This record gives sequence, C-alpha cells and structure tokens, in this order.
Amino acid sequence: MFLYNLRLARMSLMKQPLLTTLMVSAIGIGVGACMTILTFVYVLSSDPIPEKSDELFAVRVDSWNPESPYDDDKPEEAPWQLTHTDAMALLESDVPTRHAAMRKAVYTVVPDNPEVAPFFNVARMTGGDFFEMFQVPFLYGSGWGPSADENAENVIVLGHETNEKVFGGTNSVGKTITLGTEIFTVVGVIDDWQPHILFYDMNNGETNPVEDIFLPFSITDRREINGAGNTNCWKDEQIDGYFDLLRSECVYVQFWAELNSAEQKAEYQRWLDNYTEGQKALGRFQRPTNNRLSTVTEWMEVQDVVEDEVMVVMSIGFLFLTACLVNTIGLILARFVAKGPIIGLRRALGASKAAIFRQHLVEVGLVGVAGGVLGLILSRLGIKGVQQLLSESDNLAALNLDLLLITFGIAVVSAIVAGLYPTWRVCQLPPAGYLKTQ
Amino acid sequence: MEFRPILSAMLRNKTGSILVALQIALTLSIVVNCMFLAKQRIDHVNRPTGMDVDNIISVRSMGFGTDYDHDRTIDNDLRLLREMPGVISASHSSGLPMNGSGSANGFAGSPDEDASRVTANYYHVDERMLDSLGTTLAAGRMFRDVEIRRADNELLNRMPQQVVITQALADKLFDGEPALGKRMYDGLGESAEVVGILEHMYGAWVGWSDFDQVAMFPQRTEGPHIRYIVRAEPGKRDELIPLIEKTLADSDRTRLIRGVSSMEETTRNSYEGDFAIAVTLSVAVGLLLGVTGLGIVGLASFTVRQRTKQIGTRRAIGARKRDIIRYFLIENWLMTTIGIVLGTVLTIAINYSLASAFNTDQLNYGFLVAGMFMLWLLGFMAVAEPARRAAQVSPAIATRTV
Repeated sequence: MFLYNLRLARMSLMKQPLLTTLMVSAIGIGVGACMTILTFVYVLSSDPIPEKSDELFAVRVDSWNPESPYDDDKPEEAPWQLTHTDAMALLESDVPTRHAAMRKAVYTVVPDNPEVAPFFNVARMTGGDFFEMFQVPFLYGSGWGPSADENAENVIVLGHETNEKVFGGTNSVGKTITLGTEIFTVVGVIDDWQPHILFYDMNNGETNPVEDIFLPFSITDRREINGAGNTNCWKDEQIDGYFDLLRSECVYVQFWAELNSAEQKAEYQRWLDNYTEGQKALGRFQRPTNNRLSTVTEWMEVQDVVEDEVMVVMSIGFLFLTACLVNTIGLILARFVAKGPIIGLRRALGASKAAIFRQHLVEVGLVGVAGGVLGLILSRLGIKGVQQLLSESDNLAALNLDLLLITFGIAVVSAIVAGLYPTWRVCQLPPAGYLKTQ
Repeated sequence: MEFRPILSAMLRNKTGSILVALQIALTLSIVVNCMFLAKQRIDHVNRPTGMDVDNIISVRSMGFGTDYDHDRTIDNDLRLLREMPGVISASHSSGLPMNGSGSANGFAGSPDEDASRVTANYYHVDERMLDSLGTTLAAGRMFRDVEIRRADNELLNRMPQQVVITQALADKLFDGEPALGKRMYDGLGESAEVVGILEHMYGAWVGWSDFDQVAMFPQRTEGPHIRYIVRAEPGKRDELIPLIEKTLADSDRTRLIRGVSSMEETTRNSYEGDFAIAVTLSVAVGLLLGVTGLGIVGLASFTVRQRTKQIGTRRAIGARKRDIIRYFLIENWLMTTIGIVLGTVLTIAINYSLASAFNTDQLNYGFLVAGMFMLWLLGFMAVAEPARRAAQVSPAIATRTV
C-alpha cells in the first residue's frame, strides 16, 4: 500500500514540475537557513567534554573590590579568574581528586637545528593534573608528575605541531628544547586534541586553539615569565614588575578541580569558604563570601558562550522557516484543491477518506524528504559560508549525525505539518460535486 | 474597476488569500527587522576611526636571546623603518588600536580620594605617534622626544609626567571644561599634565561603549615586547609589509619579528562578528524575497490556470484584455495590502520582543516604510507575468466544455 501511494505521489508530483520545484525549494531554503544557524548555536552550546563535565569545576573565589562587583551585568558572580596568591593557596588543598591552576604565557622556541628559524608559541602554564583531569590523549610519553610541579622543574609537554617543527614528528620524549634562554626536557607529546570550546580558559577567546606547549604552573611562581591573556585589577596598588604582580589583587589565573561526588564537592566548598574566611581576617575578601564551583556547562553559561547576537539570528532563522512553510502550505493547498475531480472520482469508486488522507500524506512526506535533502546541501554551503565570514577553523561546526537527523526531521515534519491542513481539506471534498463537472 | 467582485471572489477562496497575506506579512516583518539589524551593524563598523587605518602597518617584536637589549633594538628598528622609502612615519607603541587587546585604568580629574574615576584605554607611545596613526590634535602639543622614557628608566612603572588624551576623555575627566594644562590623576595619587588633546581616535576594543576614551603616555614598553606602528604612503602598504618583515628580521637575531600586517586586516578581524551578522541577515532577506516572490508567481499562475474558463467567459461577454490584467493586479494588490497591514503589526511585535529579550534597538520606522514599498513592488512583479498570460486566454475557450 505504501509503495502504491509512493508511486501515486511521484506521478502526481512529476505532473507539475514547476510547482513541485517551488515547494521543495521553499522547504529546502527554509530548513537550510535554519540549520545553518542551529548548527552554530548547537556547537557553541554543546558540552565539550560530556564524559566528565559534571565532575569538573571551574573554581572561583570573590576577592574583588568591596565597592563594586566584578561584572556589573552579573553582580551575583565571583570574578572570572583568581589572583596568583589564591591559586597557590588553593593548590594546597587535598580535597579534590585532581586540580590545576593555569594561565597563558608566550615563549620563543629556539630549535637546536639552525635551519629551523626560532618561532613564537603560546604556552599553557598548568599543573601535571591537567592532562588526566581533561583526558588529554598522548601520542608519546605522558604528563609530568607531582614532583615536577613541586620543584618547578623544566619539563614540557609538546603539541603535535611544535613536535613536528622541532623534532620532525618523531618521539621526542627525553630530548631537550630551548625556550628563550631556558632548556626544557620533553616528557610527552599530545595527540590531536581540540575541544570545540576551549572550556578550561574562556577568558581569552573560547574558540581559540589549544596551546601547543605546556609547562608547570609552579615555574610562574619562581621565575619571571611573559604572561599573556586577560588581567583584571581593581585595587590601587603600586605594581613594580613581575613579582609585584604575583602578590597583587589582579586576577589572571584559571583554576579547575575534579570532584567526583556531591560529598566531595560539599567538602571542597567548605574548604574554600574556610580559606576565604581566614583571608578576611587578613583584610582581604571584604565582599560577602561568594565562592563558586561551576561545572563545565554552567561555566559556559556564565561566560555567555552563545552570545545574544547569535540568539537574535536564531530567532530570525525560525521565523524564516515559518515564512517558507506558509509559502509551502499555500502551494500544496492550491495543488490539492485542483486535484478535486480526481479525488472525487476515487472516492466515488470506493476509496475511504482515510485512504485518501494516507495517499496525500505520503505525497507531502515525499516533498519533505526532497526538501530535507536540498536543505542539507544548502546548510552545508551555509556553514561553509559562515565559517569563511568568521574565519573559524573546522573544529567549529562539523555537521554531526545528530544535526543531520535533526535537519531531516525538521524538513519532513515541517512538510507534513504544512501538508496536514491541505490534506484534511482534500478529504472533506464532497465527491459528487466534482463528478458532475467531470 | 470594481473591488466588490474581486473581494467576493477572494472570500470564496479564503484560505488561499489568507495564506498569501500571511506570507506577505511574515516576509515584511522578517525583511524589515533583518534590514534594520544589518544596517545597525554596518553603521557600527563604519563609525569614523580618526586614524588613517588603510595605510597603517603594525609589526611586533619579541626579544628572547641573552644578548637582547630592548632599548638598542628599538633604536635600531625605528631608524631602519624611518629610512625605508614609502614610510611616512614610524613609532613604537604598547599596542595597536582596534585590535581587541589593550590596557585600561581608572583616572580622575582631581586628586580627591572620592573623585569619580573614568576608565580610559591607554598606550605607551613615542613623540611621532600622531603622524604614525594619522590622528590630529584639537589643542596643545604632542610629546617632545626628550619626554619619552626609555625602557631602562627606573620610573617606568610610575605615571609619566605628560599625557595626551582624546577630547572624549577630557570632557569626562574635567566635566567639559578646558583640559589643557590640567593634571590627570591615577588611583595612587600620581598625576600627569595634559599637554595635548586629540580630536578623536579609537581605543583597543571596538565593542566597548567608551571606545574613544584614550590616553597616551610618553614611554617605551618594559620589554621584551614592542610593537611598531608604521604609516605608509598611499598605495605602498602592501609592498612594504614583506620588506619590513625581512629588514627587521635580518637586522637583529636576538628577537623575533611577527604579526606584520595591515591595520585594515586587524580591524576587519575585530569587526568579523558584526560583518558576519550583517551578511547573514542580508542573505536571509534576499532568499526570503526570492522564495516569497516565486511563491506568488506559482500561486498566481495556478489560479490563472484554474480560472481559464471564467476568464474566457468574461472575455466572451466583453471584458477587454486590460480588464483581465487589472483584475489580477487588483486582486494581488488587495492581498498584498492586507498582508502589509498585518505585517506592520508583526514587524513591531518582533522588534519589540527582540528588544526586550536581547537588548536590540528600537526600530527606525523608515525601514518599515521601505519594506512596505519593497513588498508592493515584489507583489506587482510576481503577478505581472501570470496576469499577462491570463489576458491571452481566448474568448473561444468559454464556448468549449472541458
């Protein structure tokens, strides 16, 4: 029966190619435009580390200005980052399963091979726990151990690219590399790893690439480095050079903790509150106690990863789809009404209303599938276009299976929704009237 | 021509007419809102910068070797840059305006502890910076070269003695009173004399509402980073970029030259989001007008075919070709107009809900009027061909049965 309906539908659609093309393109364009936007919103808002995101917490303590909140638009929030002092203190806690303080820095890599020119590199200064906590895949070796953190040892984990440039892509574990004037020993080389949102540091561009070298955070405490990334200060204090900045109230350190259970989280929260209570006695933390543990997705929300502009465009995208659907309804209706005589004939020959309804639903469904295919092609083009405009790398918005199914679903469902009323109308046609004129 | 028969014909096919009107209404509301939002983005991008953006090149240098000497490198680099043919002016600077990264601090116009502070974006620059940026002074003077503190100056972390500020910042600091010769204070009670006022220039962040509150201090960066701002003669920019990179890189091996690029390119990156939204919305407008237009063509051709017999009958009893054409034009005009009325309400509603949900601006009604005319024109163009075809129906058709 279904196949028979399908054949009828095909015949009927082929009979009026212009109208059919119009219907399919209206749905296709609507779905294509909508999906293009939806893809970006979906990718921006989807969880970058779903296996663990509920156990990873961005840690913040409110060390900000007693006079005013960190962000006037979100006065209930603590500052996005920590002071160096607080980060070092938090690292003393043994409550979290793993934890890491981190910040960005820049280094000049000076390869031993004189033929390779020195090059600039962005580094992440972080703890050895970083790699296990965020499940970073390794090509060679592994992250460094706690002793390297404690002693601020000159160890380094390389990204793919730097390992390629300096060591020709070979296993470089145990070899040394010069950064500026210092020599570091390679302990690991990470495999391709690029969360679509750089969730662990959204202060400095949330779609930035992962840094290509990693060094112990404790180095920043002992030796002067070239820090990079956003630094925010509120206090009037004289800052003379690097070590003054370390002791200042300026915030520029990100901090993450892995807490595997609600009890552990509660205990850590108590630990933090306790710590800031102690600091209050020293004259710091004069704001109401506001220490925050946010999961990855909560943290993305606080950081407004999906900006209002994107939401505006998305609302317009849905309106756009609606307009295309109304267009399709009009066209389907006109077609079906014109089919009155044939339907009258079929009804007179004994076809039930249900059979007529099914037949036309199949026809509309077919339009939907064709529109879906077109929409899919158009959304691929749209995504390419928007990527071009935003000069984004491919890590954003590679169309995945979920979205593929959603595209198709939207197309077919919207075609059927668009076709439901016309189909219902067709079934209401009294057979006799049409037979007469025949 | 009589509206009544057309209206009653439309009322007989209510659903069809309602759908066309609804389609027009939705199209109008989307098109007007998109055009409005896109125009706002474009206006945002096109605000006057106060700088010669098209001819500026930016270069970054980062020292790394043990032999690196910040002051010596800057001296050499500036000499090399200023000697290059095609270079109008070259300066060192702590940053490049409009590139999205910079420093800001709170300043006040008086030493009182509770004086209100104004946040300003500040740069550390040299005496030729105005020439290098192509900005102009409204009053006072630029720094003298003896005033520029070198990187080895012990007071580098203290506020310099002179400052040049934009008019916008001056107005905020001194409540619109003449600022020249007054002192600007930081939170530690140190101060600098305002020696010059800039007419206008952009700071680092194009999205910041106080983007034009900028201050310049006469000193070098602490190192090992430094940036050079080079202004090229018109048309020389692109040939200078690779030349500058090579000349500087070859001259000194104790540092790294990177990011040699035109300010135009950097600025384009800063505005990328605005630009992307403007383009996306414009494409949406184009596509939607296309879909709606073709939809009307489709429906109208279909109606014409459906009514072949009636048209033949009307022609047979004396209607002229232009009466038939007029019939379809008026019918379409009626539906379009109903749609436009509906659409006007919808447009305002959408604008209102976007404004309350996402803080977008209130609609400029000029866009609504433009949108109305656009849709009237679209409706007319879409129905013209089907109507012309309807007029070709021969009166003899009426005498034939199906």
